[in-house]
Amino acid sequence: MELIVCLKQVPDTEAMIKVGANGKSIDEAEIKWVMNPYDEFAVEEALKIKEAQGGTVTVMAVGPAKTVEALRTALAMGADQAVHIDDEAALGGDEYSAAVVMAAAIKGMSCDLVLTGQRTVDDDRGQLGGILGELLGIPSVSVINKLDLADGALIAERPVEGGTLVIKASLPAVITAQKGLNEPRYASLPGIMKAKKKPLEAKKLADLGVDPSQAGAAGALVEVVKMTPPPERAAGQVIDGETAAEKAAKLADLLHNEAKVV
Amino acid sequence: MASGIWAVAETRNGEIRKVTYECISEARRLADAAGTDVTVVLLGKGVADAAAGMGAYGADKVLVADGDDFEPYLTEIHASAIASLAKDAAPAVILIGASSQGKDLSPVLSAKMKAGLSTDCTAFRMDGGKLVATRPMYAGKVFVEEMAKSETHIATPRPNVMEADDSAGKTPAVETVSPEIGTKMTEVVELKADQSGKVDLTEASIIVSGGRGMKDSENYKILEDLAEVIGATVGASRSAVDAGWRPHSDQVGQTGKVVSPNLYIACGISGAIQHLAGMSSSKVIVAINKDPDAPIHAKADYSVVDDLFDVVPALTEEMKKVVNA
Ligand SMILES: Cc1cc2nc3c(=O)[nH]c(=O)nc-3n(C[C@H](O)[C@H](O)[C@H](O)COP(=O)(O)OP(=O)(O)OC[C@H]3O[C@@H](n4cnc5c(N)ncnc54)[C@H](O)[C@@H]3O)c2cc1C
Ligand SMILES: Nc1ncnc2c1ncn2[C@@H]1O[C@H](COP(=O)(O)O)[C@@H](O)[C@H]1O
Repeated sequence: MELIVCLKQVPDTEAMIKVGANGKSIDEAEIKWVMNPYDEFAVEEALKIKEAQGGTVTVMAVGPAKTVEALRTALAMGADQAVHIDDEAALGGDEYSAAVVMAAAIKGMSCDLVLTGQRTVDDDRGQLGGILGELLGIPSVSVINKLDLADGALIAERPVEGGTLVIKASLPAVITAQKGLNEPRYASLPGIMKAKKKPLEAKKLADLGVDPSQAGAAGALVEVVKMTPPPERAAGQVIDGETAAEKAAKLADLLHNEAKVV
Repeated sequence: MASGIWAVAETRNGEIRKVTYECISEARRLADAAGTDVTVVLLGKGVADAAAGMGAYGADKVLVADGDDFEPYLTEIHASAIASLAKDAAPAVILIGASSQGKDLSPVLSAKMKAGLSTDCTAFRMDGGKLVATRPMYAGKVFVEEMAKSETHIATPRPNVMEADDSAGKTPAVETVSPEIGTKMTEVVELKADQSGKVDLTEASIIVSGGRGMKDSENYKILEDLAEVIGATVGASRSAVDAGWRPHSDQVGQTGKVVSPNLYIACGISGAIQHLAGMSSSKVIVAINKDPDAPIHAKADYSVVDDLFDVVPALTEEMKKVVNA
């Protein structure tokens, strides 16, 4: 099995996020960066498939120089090799322009399954896997929490409103990982040592034959025109009362007569 | 320039899902602002009869393709069909509910049409015939406005945020269409229905959520009792899910579900940033937490600082009176 995992480096979920000076992107000073949490599930799943069926796990990221940290983390978890698409012209775009670059890279490799996270926790778009599948002309099965591979096909489960869909697709295919798929392992100390010697290849758009006009901000189909802090919620009220019962009675009254939600 | 606002209906087993009407009503509001009209794409099996009723929500036209090809939903088939219908019409906007189906469909459609996509939006407006989509990023720590550079802008409104309004009083032109469906690459082996029969968190209008303060899985009974009385669905924080008290499908937050009910009652939940990410677009938030400094109180419209094991059962009794009055 040739397994390719796309991963992104994102701000830690605890990070304070402030709007940057340009009013369109965040202020990146003082941010701690981590591998996107959903991508950990994708890496773990690829490693489990490799352990069961053999093959190679290649991790791939489009991102600035610091992205190598997230790639190294994946290598330390057990991935075999990494590809870092490190080109100024590939940055600042949307999922479409990122997928164009990744599709070009993947076309030059042998691949049975591409794994991505179901969503990044930075721009929260959840688009890349589906777009990538379409650009590669292969099926994409999104937001899965169970995966089995057999006889050149995959069977995956997607939680949907009121149930679970069991979906079958032929390989090669793209899946996007949801929490519940597995429990990602931690990188062990020996793993971290070994990772230093694993291949990590940096590529430019020219190496992939991608025209800069198709990548990054130039190739994006959507653009952020304005970024603002979240709207303030009006200050709430603390329900007073001598006893819990008294507070409960007041709350019931307010929800019914003031907020009119019950 | 592209014009026309489209809304894609979501159907399952011949039923129209609620988010459809939210999309049509929002499409109507945008079309009125831009001086254009609303077209609904209705794909499914046994759904054609629902087309006429979409006028109430504001549809001027409904494109219907009814048949075996469209049930069950398959990503590539639906995306191909909608892309083929949109090709000549070149709508300015296509709205698709950000349900699990819409989140799956929209990226593939976006790539097929080479149309910009804004996901999980909480507000829209039109500016010079183009859509401006507002959406949270970084788990709601910032909000952005996005615009598409492509002719068509696809956007997925977060379920429960847009108001479904059935007072538009239109009589839509219903047109039967035969879109191209491309090659089938996936199949649905089965849909395992959730046995609980409860309304999904993302569709619920009231949610009662319990966190680590619940102490035990058995104690969720008091939340179930309250939920039963006020017609709510029970949710949970990640701590409660990680403790094994509730299934992951109940988790609200950054790595769980993003919900927007009319009322969210957080019981024994501290209000960690990752939890707030999943529920801060709720219309009314109630916090029941004995710690006055718990961050959830700062987000709440109504705060009760007390022991949940005293407050929740009392609230259930009070709600019985209100509901039965
Ligand atoms: C990458 C990442 C993703 C995450 N994703 C999510 C997510 O999707 N959803 C999520 O919820 N969390 C998520 N978390 C976890 C989050 O950081 C918090 O740990 C979690 O939300 C805490 O859950 P809690 O509020 O139930 O527990 P706690 O923080 O322990 O809070 C329990 C609260 O209960 C109150 N309490 C205790 N007993 C009582 C009582 N008898 N009466 C009244 N109040 C009482 C306490 O005062 C306290 O405030 C994520 C974390 C990370 C790092
Ligand atoms: N720049 C990137 N490089 C590599 N993978 C990415 C990149 N952006 C997104 N992905 C992958 O696509 C998934 C979904 O991301 P998104 O559509 O951006 O929310 C992520 O979980 C990653 O697996």
